[in-house]
Amino acid sequence: MKVVLLGATKGMGRAVARKFAERGDSIFLLGRDQDELERSALDLENRGARQRIEYGFCDLLQPRSFEPGLAQAWETLDGVDAVVVTAGIFGAQEDLEVRDAHAARVLTADFTSTVLFCEVARKRLLEDGGGTLCVFSSVAGDRGRSKVVLYGAAKAGLSAYLEGLDHRYRRAGLRTVCVKPGFVRTAMTADLDAPPFACDPETIAPRVVRAIDRGTPVVYVPGIWRWVLLAIRMLPRFAMRRIDF
Amino acid sequence: MRKIGKIEVETMSEEHEVELVPDSHAASTAPTENTAATDAERSTEDAVPRTGQRSLLGWGRVAHVFARELCSENLEEISKQAVLSRGLGRSYGDASLPAPEFGPALSTRFADRILDFDSETGVLRAEAGLSLRDLLHSFLSSGFFVPVTPGTQFATLGGCVASDVHGKNHHRDGSFGEHLRSLKMRVADGRILVCSPDHEAELFYATLGGMGLTGHILEVELQMARVPSPWIWQKVKHFDNLESLFVALRSGSAKWPFSVAWIDGLTAPGREHGILMLGRWAEADEAPRKFPKPRKARTVPFDAPSWFLNGLTGRIHNRLHSWTHRNSVGIEHPETFFYPLDHVRDWNRLYGKRGFIQYQCILPHEEEGYAVLRFLDLLRKLGADPLLCVLKDFGAQGKGMLSFPKPGFTLCIDLPYRGDRTQNLVDQLNEFVLAEEGRIYLAKDLHTRAEHFFAMEPRFEAWNEVRRRWDPQASIRSALSVRLFGDDA
Repeated sequence: MKVVLLGATKGMGRAVARKFAERGDSIFLLGRDQDELERSALDLENRGARQRIEYGFCDLLQPRSFEPGLAQAWETLDGVDAVVVTAGIFGAQEDLEVRDAHAARVLTADFTSTVLFCEVARKRLLEDGGGTLCVFSSVAGDRGRSKVVLYGAAKAGLSAYLEGLDHRYRRAGLRTVCVKPGFVRTAMTADLDAPPFACDPETIAPRVVRAIDRGTPVVYVPGIWRWVLLAIRMLPRFAMRRIDF
Repeated sequence: MRKIGKIEVETMSEEHEVELVPDSHAASTAPTENTAATDAERSTEDAVPRTGQRSLLGWGRVAHVFARELCSENLEEISKQAVLSRGLGRSYGDASLPAPEFGPALSTRFADRILDFDSETGVLRAEAGLSLRDLLHSFLSSGFFVPVTPGTQFATLGGCVASDVHGKNHHRDGSFGEHLRSLKMRVADGRILVCSPDHEAELFYATLGGMGLTGHILEVELQMARVPSPWIWQKVKHFDNLESLFVALRSGSAKWPFSVAWIDGLTAPGREHGILMLGRWAEADEAPRKFPKPRKARTVPFDAPSWFLNGLTGRIHNRLHSWTHRNSVGIEHPETFFYPLDHVRDWNRLYGKRGFIQYQCILPHEEEGYAVLRFLDLLRKLGADPLLCVLKDFGAQGKGMLSFPKPGFTLCIDLPYRGDRTQNLVDQLNEFVLAEEGRIYLAKDLHTRAEHFFAMEPRFEAWNEVRRRWDPQASIRSALSVRLFGDDA
């Protein structure tokens, strides 16, 4: 399989990319830090990738970098089967409430920019007759919650976009995979207290790769969150308010 | 349920001119020369997430320091501000904790990339946060193993260097540092440099066993060992008499690459017994065809009550341990052989909230008699219940200026923490070790007094001179260096 990953130098993206490398898939990395990309490319090569791993510039906060980045990926890999987006920004609610600029950045990156990136990727995949678009949303987007108002809203929008995309283009050959991780221990969550079911990126990576292989429209990682969120989504509003979840 | 509130994240950039209207018009009006400036700005902000202060713990969960822990994939960035690097926090005492109220520590655990591997020579270069577990997962299947491994695979390469760890093969292969080719470090003045036995050799040898105090270790270049199969050929033998166990351990070490002994430290005098474990890598024709499946780790979901592990449960455990480890010869799973305790992921919680200490010392060989026996007698006299008691014979002293191993028997015991009584106990054990011209292992230590340490370590002055040359203000400083090395608190 030929895979393009945006955000694979870090966290969950790194773990997913390693899974692809171990299988010997062709990989192209997109990101904004040349040095980090270089190091991650070497890492994947040393972890089983069969060929040299190329990378290109693409910054989620610079939409004009999307098309050139993806074009480079398409050219290098000679066509692409799957595009995986793990890039995004997290902001704690308390933080976002007092720092407007940061809030704008989180909302833009996690919704507008991600969607615009997906649009470019979608067009390219459909031109080739189809492919898989896998995007990391979050369980935080499944229900409006007091702890993650802004971040959750951006992720909710993203999840809705991906579902719409799925309905509109699946028949044309575009398979969207919306990954909804629970708490995953990465550098960016290191300062938060880990809740129950917290897990490591390596634990969720195989499940994500399997979902991409199968084209599963929505996948919760770890799987337990599917049932937790099912319950949460069914809670009436007064109960939701009461438990202050 | 309340805690579930904090949810998921994945990271990417921050700090950039936000293009709220990301269309091509906005793009064309944005001045391009801006990028360089914002680049520099944002990289620092990215690398230092707003990590609040928290209680950082040693593995024994007795030592703790309230400090920030900087976490990032990019060690070069965060090492600019940290006062100490720490990995997976497996050192038992205060070695991985930053000096109190001095500054943040950095965690290497997200910097785990393998940057180079030569399958011909087996030379590997990786970021300091790569864990042995990850390394084995990646390389055992292609016939390589770490040349030296401590008793846990949840140790990082950087940590292995800083403690210059030893393994069951010390009598033959020396400690971790013997197999190092070079280190990339950020030293106290901010420079990043590579040191090796040929270049800045003094810094290199001061860093082996230097407890992370000579600089931040960023990358490690290491000679991996080639193994004939991924399985271990193991021989287990019971002894009802410790003296014959010691003799067998030493003679076994002459023939076997891996050797270690387990002693029941909770018996009445005269009823001591122990188990000798010898091993080597199985030859390809002896080994099972299939690859050893990584063991599933169980976790301890909550802290056990502090009384949970005591003399009685220890005796029950030791009885079970003897019973399940019968005399045998045959194939063993490498994880079971090297990492028996990793089977339970956070086993340190079994000691409860009060935590425990591990005490490890080395007692040089004697012409006649065994200091270890007298040490065990002393333990009994002091009323200590050593719940785990492991013995290993060391080979020659390595080149690390402050490395722990030297020829002799090393004894390692776990003790539940009991406040002042523990301090008192360690003092008396140290007096004994001092009289035997032995020394203690800093990676385990929490209670040794500076005067005891200096008396045990005539090498300290030379090491400290090198450290001070690279870091005159001791700006890299740990809780351990404050306690033992005379750094200001």
